[in-house]
This record gives sequence, C-alpha cells and structure tokens, in this order.
Amino acid sequence: MSFLSNLINGISLGSVYAIIALGYTMVYGIAKMLNFAHGDVIMIGCYAVFMTMSRQGWPPLLSVAFAVVVCTALGMIIEKIAYKPLRRATPLAVLITAIGVSYFLQNSALLIFGADTKSFTSVVAVPPIKLAGGALTIPGTAIVTVAVCLVIMVALTLFIKKTKAGQAMLAVSEDKDAAQLMGININGTISLTFAIGSGLAAIAGVLFCSTYPSLTPYTGSMPGIKAFTAAVFGGIGSVPGALLGGILLGVIEILGRAYISSQLSDAIVFAVLIIVLLVKPTGILGKKVSEKV
Amino acid sequence: MAVLEVKNLGISFGGLRAVDGFNVSIEKGQLYGLIGPNGAGKTTIFNMLTGVYKPTDGTIFLDGVNITGRKTTEINKAGVARTFQNIRLFQELSVLDNVKVGLHNGHAYSTITGILRLPKYRRSERRMDARALELLKVFDLDGEAELLASNLPYGKQRKLEIARALATDPKLLLLDEPAAGMNPNETQELMKTIRFVRDNFDMTILLIEHDMKLVSGICEKLTVLNFGQVLAQGDTAAVLNDPEVIKAYLGE
Amino acid sequence: MKKTTRDHLITFGLVVVVYLIVQLLIATGNMSSLMQGLLVPMCTYSIVAIGLNLCVGYLGELSIGHAGFMCVGAFSGAVVSKLLSETVTNGILLFVIALAVGTLMAALCGFLIGIPVLRLRGDYLAIVTLAFGEIIKNIINVLYIGKDSQGFHFSLSNPIEIEEEGLWLINGAKGIAKITHLSSFTIGVVLILISLFVVYNLVNSRSGRAIMAIRDNRISAESVGINITKYKLMAFTISAAIAGAGGVLYAHNLSTVTATPANFGYNMSIMILVFVVLGGIGSFRGSIIAAVLLTLLPELLRGLSDYRMLIYSIVLIAMMLFNWSPRMKDFRAAHSLKGRFGKKTAKEAE
Repeated sequence: MSFLSNLINGISLGSVYAIIALGYTMVYGIAKMLNFAHGDVIMIGCYAVFMTMSRQGWPPLLSVAFAVVVCTALGMIIEKIAYKPLRRATPLAVLITAIGVSYFLQNSALLIFGADTKSFTSVVAVPPIKLAGGALTIPGTAIVTVAVCLVIMVALTLFIKKTKAGQAMLAVSEDKDAAQLMGININGTISLTFAIGSGLAAIAGVLFCSTYPSLTPYTGSMPGIKAFTAAVFGGIGSVPGALLGGILLGVIEILGRAYISSQLSDAIVFAVLIIVLLVKPTGILGKKVSEKV
Repeated sequence: MAVLEVKNLGISFGGLRAVDGFNVSIEKGQLYGLIGPNGAGKTTIFNMLTGVYKPTDGTIFLDGVNITGRKTTEINKAGVARTFQNIRLFQELSVLDNVKVGLHNGHAYSTITGILRLPKYRRSERRMDARALELLKVFDLDGEAELLASNLPYGKQRKLEIARALATDPKLLLLDEPAAGMNPNETQELMKTIRFVRDNFDMTILLIEHDMKLVSGICEKLTVLNFGQVLAQGDTAAVLNDPEVIKAYLGE
Repeated sequence: MKKTTRDHLITFGLVVVVYLIVQLLIATGNMSSLMQGLLVPMCTYSIVAIGLNLCVGYLGELSIGHAGFMCVGAFSGAVVSKLLSETVTNGILLFVIALAVGTLMAALCGFLIGIPVLRLRGDYLAIVTLAFGEIIKNIINVLYIGKDSQGFHFSLSNPIEIEEEGLWLINGAKGIAKITHLSSFTIGVVLILISLFVVYNLVNSRSGRAIMAIRDNRISAESVGINITKYKLMAFTISAAIAGAGGVLYAHNLSTVTATPANFGYNMSIMILVFVVLGGIGSFRGSIIAAVLLTLLPELLRGLSDYRMLIYSIVLIAMMLFNWSPRMKDFRAAHSLKGRFGKKTAKEAE
C-alpha cells in the first residue's frame, strides 16, 4: 500500500511538473528559446497568492485568479523587454539573457519579500479519500492537482487544434518566416504563447506550494529546472510529451526518494534525464531535426 | 585507373528518391562538370561523396579504395575536399587561419607541444604559415591574410573556400557552384584559377555549376542530372548539343 | 612582434603589476584585512572564469555547471592535503600535490561528462551541464569518508561511525573540516598566470584553431578533416580542469568546505558566467578584470551589498541587449568610429 501511495504522490508531483513543462515546451516550440526565468514566474505567482490569501484574507479562488493575471502580465512584459529585441540573435545570447531575468526575479523577490521562508497555506479544501478500509489515503491536493492537470491538457490541446490562434501557434513553431508570409502576426503569437505559459505557471506554482508549503525566493528554480527536464524528457515542443515527461519524472523522483535515497532523489532525476538524452537526444516524443548542408 | 569511380549510387529521403543509379568515372587530372536544373540532386551527390549523407545504395571508390559510408572526416583524410554552395567559412578566424585549419592534418603536432611552445611548435607553425601564404597567393588573397574571413567580399570568400580545401592536400576537389554570385570578369578570372590549380597541383576536379560559359569553357567531360537521374554523360561539346539536355534546360 | 603575442604580454603584465601594487599596499599597511580576505576568492573567480571562457568563447558551448567542476577540485584537493598533511610538511609541496590531484579529478569528470554531453547541442547541452553540477553537489553532500586504525571507511547516503581518534575526510553535508590553510594571494596569482599561459597557447595552436573552427562551422570543420569529438572533448576537459584548479585554491583558503548551493551551486556557475559575459566572451583578460571588479564593487559600496545580485542581473540583461540585439548592433555600427571608417563585417552587412 505504501508503494501505491508513493505512486499517487509521484503522479501528483508529476502533474505539477507537467503543467510547468507546458510553459517551457510551448515557448521553446515557438520562440526556439529556453525561458530560464519560467521557474521564477512560478515563484512570483506563489507570492501573489500568499500575499493576497494569507495576508489579506482573500478567498482562495480569487487569489489564484489574481496570481494568474499577475503571471500572465509578467510573462508578456518579460518577453517584450528582454527577449523580443534578441529574436534574431544567437541562442547563447538569448539563454544568458533569460538567466539574467531569472536572477532578476529571484533577487527582486528577495528584496521585496525577504529571505525568510513563508509557510504557504494550501488553497485546496477537498477532503482526502480513504480507500481499502483506510489503508490507502489519497490527499485532496493530489486529487485536485491531477484533475487540474488533465483539464489543462485537454483544454490546451483543443485550443491548439480548434482555434485560429492555436493554429497560428503551430504554424509559427513549424516555420516562422513562412507563417509571416501567410499573414500570421508573429509578435502577437509569441506574446500569446508567453501569456498562456506564464498563466499556467501560476496555477502550477499554487498547486506545488499547496503540497510543499515552504515559500522562498528560490522556490521556483528547482521545480522549474525539473519541469524543463520533464519537457526535454518527453520531447520538447510536444504537448503530450510534456504530460508524459512530467508524470514520469514525478514518479521517478518520489519512488527514488522512497526506495533508493532521500538525499539523492535530485541526482537520480538528473541522471535519468542524461540517460534519456543519450539514447534519444530529442526526448521520448521529440522529432528529429537535421541541418541542411 | 580512375581517381573517382562511383557505381549505382542512390539515396532516398523517406519515400523520396533524390538520386538514383548514379555512375561516374573521373580520370586523374580531369576537370569534370556536374550540371542540371535546380533540385536535380547535384549537391546531394556531393554530400554523399563527402560522407555528409550516407548513400542508401551504391559504392564510391577513391583511387581504388572503397570509401562508401565513411565519416566526413575520414573521407577528407582519404583525399576528398570540397567547397559549399552556401559559403561555410570559419567566420571569426583570419583568412590565414582558415587555410591553416585546412593544413591541420598535414602538419600535425600534439596539443602539449602547442601549449608548451616546444621547438616543434615553432617549426610546424612557420611551415604552415609559409604553405598557407603560398596557397593564398594562388587566389590573390595573400594581401588579406590577416583580415577576418567574414570581412572578405563575397567573391573572395568563395576563393578562400577553395584555398582551404586545397590545404588538405586532396586527390579530388569538389567545387559546389564556385562562380555563384560572381560577375563575368570574376568568373573569367576564376576559370583561369581553376585551370591553374588543376595543372599545378595535379588535381582532379569535379564541379557543380550553372554558369554555362564556365562549364563549356573549362570542363572536359560532363554529366547532366535531371530528377535525380543521369540524363546525359560524355564529352562537353557532345553533351551540350544533346537534344534531351537542351529540352531539360529550355523546356519544350 | 605579432599582435596576439603583444596582447598576451599586456595581460600577463597587468596581472603582475596589480600583484606588485597589492603587495606594496599590504606592506605599507594600506589595505584593510577585509580587502585582504577578498584576494584569494578574487583569484579563484578569475581562474574559473578563464576556464569557463574557454568553453563559452572558444568551444562555443554554454556550460552552467562549472561550479560542479570547481566542487570536484575543491573536495578532492582538500581530501588529499588532509591525508598527506602529516607526511608532507612543506606547505607549497603539499599544495602542489593537492592541486595536481584536484585538477586531474576535475579533468577526469569533465572528460567523462563531456563524452555524452557534447553530443547534444545548445540549450540541451547547457541544461545537462547544469544537471551534472547538481548531481556532483548532491553526491558530495551524502558522501562520508573516514580513516582510522581499521583503514578507510566509505559510505554513500548513510552516516558512518569511525573511531574516536580517526580522521574524517568528508563528513557528508558537514563537508571537510580543519583544512590546512595553504592558499595565498601569491599562489593565486601564479595559478592565474599558469591558466593564462595554458589557454593563450592553446587557442593559438593547431588544436585551438581546430576548436574555433568547430565553433564557427562544424560541417566545414569536418570537411577539412577535423576530428570533432576529439577537440570538443579536449576543450571541455581543459576548461573543467582549470575550474578544478580554481576549486583547489578556493578550498585551501577556507577552514571548512561544504558543498552548499552558495559555494558550488548553480548560483556560483551563474556568477562566473556573469564575469565571462561582462568581461567579453572570448577575452580572458576581460574575464579577470570583470571577476576582480565585480568582487570588489559591493565591498567598496558597502550599502549596495543587498542590491548586489539585483544589480548583477540588471547589468547582465542590459549587456546582452546592448551587445546582441540587432537594433543595437546597427546603432553601434552607425555611431562608432570603427563602423564609420572600418570595414563592415559580413554579419553586419546582412
């Protein structure tokens, strides 16, 4: 039974990774850049909820909605100021800039909110489910997390398949120049992608902190890095890949922590990433690209 | 014996047959042209000859040695050097250093020798400098040896690519549209240089070109490619008068 | 004299002159002990930045895991000096041995990590170097090595017991304690000079040209017979080795070294990267100057120290935008003397 409960925790954590990974994967697919600051947007989202809900006593849902708005705006502003001017620059320059933005967010939070750990109150008020006569308990947060993740996945897939904006995103990720010739607004599409990714990051952050309640300015960086790992793991640029990679990573992390070594769980996660990339450099569901000579 | 002997070479990308049943035999010292409309598969053949693509079938012999499917680096060591249709210089290196990279395998010394600046380092570097300048002189680039490669005008960049390829001391030189983007005067001069290279370096040259003046001016033999297949092959004059070839080029 | 040779001599000269000035200041009592305490860290950052610059500027691959190599150098070097501190009494000799071991271990890690990592490109490579840095830190935090009359004790992840009079080499997250203070400013400067000697001579040799050729155009480097894997691995290994040497210097300046995120985490990697980027990618002299100035700056402006990291990040973003955005490139080309009178580069002409 403890295995099952570990598995459930793994899937729950994996769902959070999957939602964050969506932000990475969409931005990577469309802007061909690794948005290193994505993890820190999550952290800002958590602070937004913390400040409004715990300090001001807003109702949880309103707080979360507020966080989503803050992060969406933040994502679009970051894109406009830091990334847009570098659209045609070398990937190295863009990546370093993204690292700079990540640093900027962390240190701004440090100055504004202080370095002390804030204890985050869960926004989820769903009671746990007891199964098998109480031997197996599924925490309410886990239920909500997995449900939210599935809803987001379905909604996003429908959005990309069924809407004009979604199709535009696909087109831009396939071939920016051709899409532009077809009359697609490249800047608008990229901006929209950042907005969606960052909005999702807020939701992921809230879910993450509801399970792991200590909030510091660095809270976002590890889940961010792991979610990127998940995105690469599943094949970057692919929405189902993000889901698959996220869940797998979460399960590996929790099972590794339970059965191999609690202190080495991060090392195990990263080792898995490296092995996957060695066997399949484009991830599980990724496409192969080759350079034209 | 032929320097290059290609038998039944073919490659498919997914379902697309890009090149099919390509045969060619090039004698030592020959200037051989590969022509055909855009998309006929000319550069694909170069990519197979240099190991950038692995052929789906067929064999490639260089001086009697089977080099099919070897890696690019190995094929260059075996004696095939090339230039690229879209120029691929080492942009941030000087003109001289671009050629010296070409001399890499011919003038070897170990990394430790280089870091410690042992006597062998100085000797080798001096020899490399001399040889590189000699090659640059052939292309009238010796005055610009210290410039960054990216600062050269377009036509000279094409020449520098040839100099770099020659520096690897090849048996066979593949030139991918050497005259692209040149004006008639530059093309005229390039023809002279290519002939000079053939005569003075004992070189066998296979070139892709669209400029018919250049092709008829210097190529002794031609192969015409259309839709991945050989349309005509033989002496330049005969091939260019072949009604099939004229049809492929001018349409009906 | 060739232009590059003159350029190198200027860098060497600069380091030596600064060294002499600092020694003069210390001798005349004009340097606070706080400043003196910064000298060895400054040398450490300079050395690691030189190593990282080789990777970023010449190999053209971004590594955000160099703190990991520093960590390997620091821990293996400190373990060796602790083990031999009884047998080797000469401090310099002991440091040289520790340095050799630490550098070699970091080089070995760089080599082993490089084999898989260098097959990847760009962002993937960067994230995997980060992953490796975290793995190394993670492992050292659960590594226990002790020595007593029974011989060596070794454990991964479970604390172990050793005899009372035994010697702790690495005590898990508590790290290595009571390290002999072997580092000094002089040793640091000598290490900087050696690192400079190695990288300058490397990039101006046949191997260095091969490394840069791969950076500029992998496909044409292959077409002229350059062994891509060999030279990428070589550059990465040397870069890791130099970072390891920096780590050895760093560890022997502390009495206790622990693998905390602040020491060897990804923040350290980023900080070094900031030095490399601000000093100019590809300029070793710039890396040293940036490392020294940015270490000094917050100490000189004491009130700013809370804002240090924030200022770093803003400067980093601003520098990247200024250097790389196409619009700024045009602006600079139009308004600089070089742009007006010099030859336009092909890139700018595009």
